[in-house]
Amino acid sequence: MELKIKNASLGYRRKVVLRNIDLELLTGQTTCFIGKNGAGKTTLFKSILGILPLLDGEILLDGKNIAAWNRRRFAQKVAYVPQARSLPFPFTVFEVVLFGRTAHLGAFSSPGKADKLIAEDCLERLQIRYLKDCLFTQISGGEQQLAIVARALAQQPAFLIMDEPTSNLDFGNQIKILNQVNKLKNDSLGILMATHSPDHAFMCDAQVTVIHREGIRKQGNCNQVITGEILREIYDVDVSICRIENRKTCIPLNI
Amino acid sequence: MKRSLLLLAILFIVLSATTLLSFAVGRYPIAVADILRYLFAGEQIDENIPILIEQVRTPRILGAILAGGSLSVAGAVYQGLFRNPMVSPDILGVTSGAGFGATLAILFSAGLAAIQLSAFGMGLLAVFLTLLLSRIMTNVHDKVLTMVLSGMIVGALFGALIALMKYLADSESRLPDIVFWLMGSLSEITMKEIKMVAPIILIALVPLQLVAWRLNVLSFGEGEARTLGVNTKCLRLIVIVCASLLTASVIAVSGLIGWVGLIIPHLSRFIIGPDHRLLLPASFFTGSVFLLWVDNLSRSIASLEIPLGILTSMIGAPLFFIVLKISSKRVW
Repeated sequence: MELKIKNASLGYRRKVVLRNIDLELLTGQTTCFIGKNGAGKTTLFKSILGILPLLDGEILLDGKNIAAWNRRRFAQKVAYVPQARSLPFPFTVFEVVLFGRTAHLGAFSSPGKADKLIAEDCLERLQIRYLKDCLFTQISGGEQQLAIVARALAQQPAFLIMDEPTSNLDFGNQIKILNQVNKLKNDSLGILMATHSPDHAFMCDAQVTVIHREGIRKQGNCNQVITGEILREIYDVDVSICRIENRKTCIPLNI
Repeated sequence: MKRSLLLLAILFIVLSATTLLSFAVGRYPIAVADILRYLFAGEQIDENIPILIEQVRTPRILGAILAGGSLSVAGAVYQGLFRNPMVSPDILGVTSGAGFGATLAILFSAGLAAIQLSAFGMGLLAVFLTLLLSRIMTNVHDKVLTMVLSGMIVGALFGALIALMKYLADSESRLPDIVFWLMGSLSEITMKEIKMVAPIILIALVPLQLVAWRLNVLSFGEGEARTLGVNTKCLRLIVIVCASLLTASVIAVSGLIGWVGLIIPHLSRFIIGPDHRLLLPASFFTGSVFLLWVDNLSRSIASLEIPLGILTSMIGAPLFFIVLKISSKRVW
């Protein structure tokens, strides 16, 4: 399946954040979006998700314009793993994952047996079945992140949009999440991921889209796109890219 | 789930028992056995029993059940919609609007029916104004926040109008009526009122139960709920319309009864958990039981009947403290 953004302008009525955006995203592929704070990564995601209306252009899913789709139909194809979250009521992890089934339910119905099996399966896929009956509000940040990924999987989407999925996680949990991302890619999901660490793109062997100065500065495979020059251009730091244990990594210089 | 259904059944049994007991207490106590004998065998121990049960206590008991239940459900769905357990049914100004409607009608010496109609109409008008204001402001701030702020504005406005009505009212006759109405009471309720509001309440409860699952999903916020496939605009509209109908119809016949809509959803969430599919019926039952007991107290502790609004607050405030104290052990 293919998600296409054609000649789009994104942002708010009074302030355009991104112009002339053309993107083609495929399932079975991870795309990392890098750019400095406020470059427009979250704006791009919000626009794709239909939370922010497009100022111009169109978004096509398998050639069909999604502008007229209702929330339910869209949620069956594209799931979202947001950055920050707060839950005012003490739902269990299992209930939270079941929320992901809403897109497949009738307007006035609630999840049935089949939905519960799917939710269990999603917990299993992320190896967090032990969290099933814990309160979502009482588990750690890393566990919450995994639970939210499980919720997104319960939507059985073709694309998964993750807004900085590793932020606020300890080192071990970051690697855990990235491993899951790689596994999901192999399960032929299309993953869109905003990240602040170019290393993550190497770890996921991802396609990279660099967002800079109201537009897309460069896109392609991480090995071609992530270079010392481009990192200096967008982040204004000198970086040396080394190859260690057969994988590239970024080392900031002048520290 | 099985455990929750059992809890719900227990709550229903408690409500039934409370209802039965409520027939017994009051200025003229009747033994529960006599009530049962009258209801099921038609035996009359005392010639006062039929009139007491059928005309005096039945409307009052039904009124307490409907009012307590409706205010609690309205509070529960508003807390869900605004994702804030501190929200009560008057968040959108319905209470002040209805209060103004009633005081206005009392000022013009209108009859009971006109007072009720005016309270109902003004209550809904206040909510409509709140929605209108938040619609005008909506591009400036977050939608939910805008709505709460608009509710405050409209509430303050109608609050001032209530004060104005009080100031203008004849202090010998109208002012006491206004003050008494604002304190809330079920003492003047008859079967006529019950027949008027019961259908509205039932019609408003059904859609809320139907969208209960979606209210759960809304816990993560509107943006996230939309990405999960929920039409949040439609959901918000259903919740606001139904909850306003519930609150306005209760206030119209009972006056202002505070606290019920705030504490009962808490208490129910504590008993049965946050799932709105169970929380709404649990809130209805718990709210009914609470108001039945408060009303029983109000008509039996003193020779003069104490207005309900006073008692709900006097009992509600410490009860709320206890609920919060116990529930703070589990992280909300």
